[in-house]
Amino acid sequence: MADQPVDPGRRRFLTATTAVVGAVGGIFAAVPFYSAFKPSARAVSAGGPIEVDISKLEEGAQVTRKWRKRPVWVIRRSKVSLDALAGEHDRLRDPDSTNQEQQPKYVDPITRSIKPDVLVLVGSCTHLGCAPKYHPEMQPTPWDAQWKGGFYCPCHNSRFDMSGRVYNGSPAPTNLVVPPYRFVGENVLVIGEDQQGAA
Amino acid sequence: MARATPSQATGLLGWIDQRLPVIDFWNQHIGKYYAPKNFNFWYYFGSLAMLVLANQIITGIFLTMHYKPSEAEAFASVEYIMREVEWGWLIRYMHSTGASLFFVVVYLHMFRALIYGSYKKPRELIWVLGVVIFLLLMAEAFLGYVLPWGQMSFWGAQVIISLFGAIPWIGPDLVIWIQGDFIPGDATLNRFFALHVIALPLAILLLVVLHIAALHEVGSNNPDGVDIKKIKDADGKPLDGIPFHPYYTVKDIFGAACFLILFFSIIFFQPTFGNLFLERENFMIADPLVTPAHIKPVWYFTPYYAMLRAIPDKLFGVAVMGGAVLILFLLPWLDRSAVRSIRYRGPLTKAALTIFIIAFLILGYLGMQPGSDLQTLIARICTAIYFGFFFALPLISSMDSSKPVPERVTMHD
Repeated sequence: MADQPVDPGRRRFLTATTAVVGAVGGIFAAVPFYSAFKPSARAVSAGGPIEVDISKLEEGAQVTRKWRKRPVWVIRRSKVSLDALAGEHDRLRDPDSTNQEQQPKYVDPITRSIKPDVLVLVGSCTHLGCAPKYHPEMQPTPWDAQWKGGFYCPCHNSRFDMSGRVYNGSPAPTNLVVPPYRFVGENVLVIGEDQQGAA
Repeated sequence: MARATPSQATGLLGWIDQRLPVIDFWNQHIGKYYAPKNFNFWYYFGSLAMLVLANQIITGIFLTMHYKPSEAEAFASVEYIMREVEWGWLIRYMHSTGASLFFVVVYLHMFRALIYGSYKKPRELIWVLGVVIFLLLMAEAFLGYVLPWGQMSFWGAQVIISLFGAIPWIGPDLVIWIQGDFIPGDATLNRFFALHVIALPLAILLLVVLHIAALHEVGSNNPDGVDIKKIKDADGKPLDGIPFHPYYTVKDIFGAACFLILFFSIIFFQPTFGNLFLERENFMIADPLVTPAHIKPVWYFTPYYAMLRAIPDKLFGVAVMGGAVLILFLLPWLDRSAVRSIRYRGPLTKAALTIFIIAFLILGYLGMQPGSDLQTLIARICTAIYFGFFFALPLISSMDSSKPVPERVTMHD
């Protein structure tokens, strides 16, 4: 054995195959560490759906509930606010809600809701996650002389209309997120579950 | 590795030295490490950075003995350290003030490299390793700022983590992966603690060792930017070099003493440093439902934060902010000048560097402000200047008229 000459080709082949097998093993070994970084089973189950009763929600009023520890707003819009939505078309970045990531398919693209008056939004700015403030009043404001009501983010001046659609010139790239939700009665809705019982 | 000649030392030192080359190590890095004799004020900041690193590690170890990395207990445990642990307030303020002064020292250390061309051949790798340390330090500081779980901890974490959400395709999933939850919460805090006290300190320590090993391989630069290894005496020692010990150990101890006076003056009299080192908002416990009126990072991130805000598009903004740090890696290859030190550079380079530093300082100021239209405009101009400096540097440095560099450092007898 010892006095056989070295076969460099055979040695290279063995080195390369050993390295490849080792690398594959390394990738498999990385999987548990990658997965351990993901939300745990407890974190996932804590992200379950919540029920909101809106029978006492008055016109123009806003309630905030926590879903997945994020603020979710439920707002009953007035007829005046709803009528003003169409007029803002040209000032909005995505007036027809074409970005499908921002709302479920079953909401109207303009009112961004299942029932026109009941608006459900995740209350964190799509720019950097601050909480925009609810300003339903139709009056000139420091950030907009033609304000028709909506949401104003004090962090970086993002502006959204009464459907949570973002105004041109805001740092926020997209409309506010509409979470999955469904009605289980005239005035009770479940946030975190899709309308047709999916998901 | 076996040495050519066996150790000549006797006694206990000899016993050790025959088994571990401690004497060689001492001589190579301290006792017979010949550094240029014309080091000035700007050369304090390397050793000061190591001093602050040691401070952060020691005070950090003591803080972990009382701190609880959980959403429910973190905020109260920091208050507990401040009020009920004996001398806990001092250890905590040494850590929080140390974090800010780490950046003061590192920014000045980097400025020194800029003005004396310390990143130029053959010291490119020292610079590259240094920029990696700077990146890790920013990550370390960010993670540490989250731990007290105050309002600015939480919302700062929210904003910084959401930057990853701007990455196409994988962004939203990446954010949840980093957080370990749907919003920054218990899981996030706990893993940030692990990264802050174990992962990043280990990486930073390793890189500091490499940074110094690379420095000692090629030798230190100096304010004249001349190569002291070119002219040696009969023993092969650089004529303009002096051994690091005792000359620079003594100088650095003097620097450390001055630094510590400043350091403890801040700790004793201005530990929050007018809301700059510890922000008022962070003395309130994190509340995911209430956003502070004005979210801003700690002062050492504000130049980059101002760039992020100046860009209306989120993905492009994140790319610009990241690019502003990453472009530092290219500096050794963007500078085409034949001379290193600012002392022998021409007027163009001097002007460009001055404007660059001013733009960086203005960005740092703007990053702390709420951001009016005018401020956004100025931030855009300064961002353009910041990048313009790097893009124009190859041209400026190659066409600029430099002065002749002397053979030896200008302070020799």
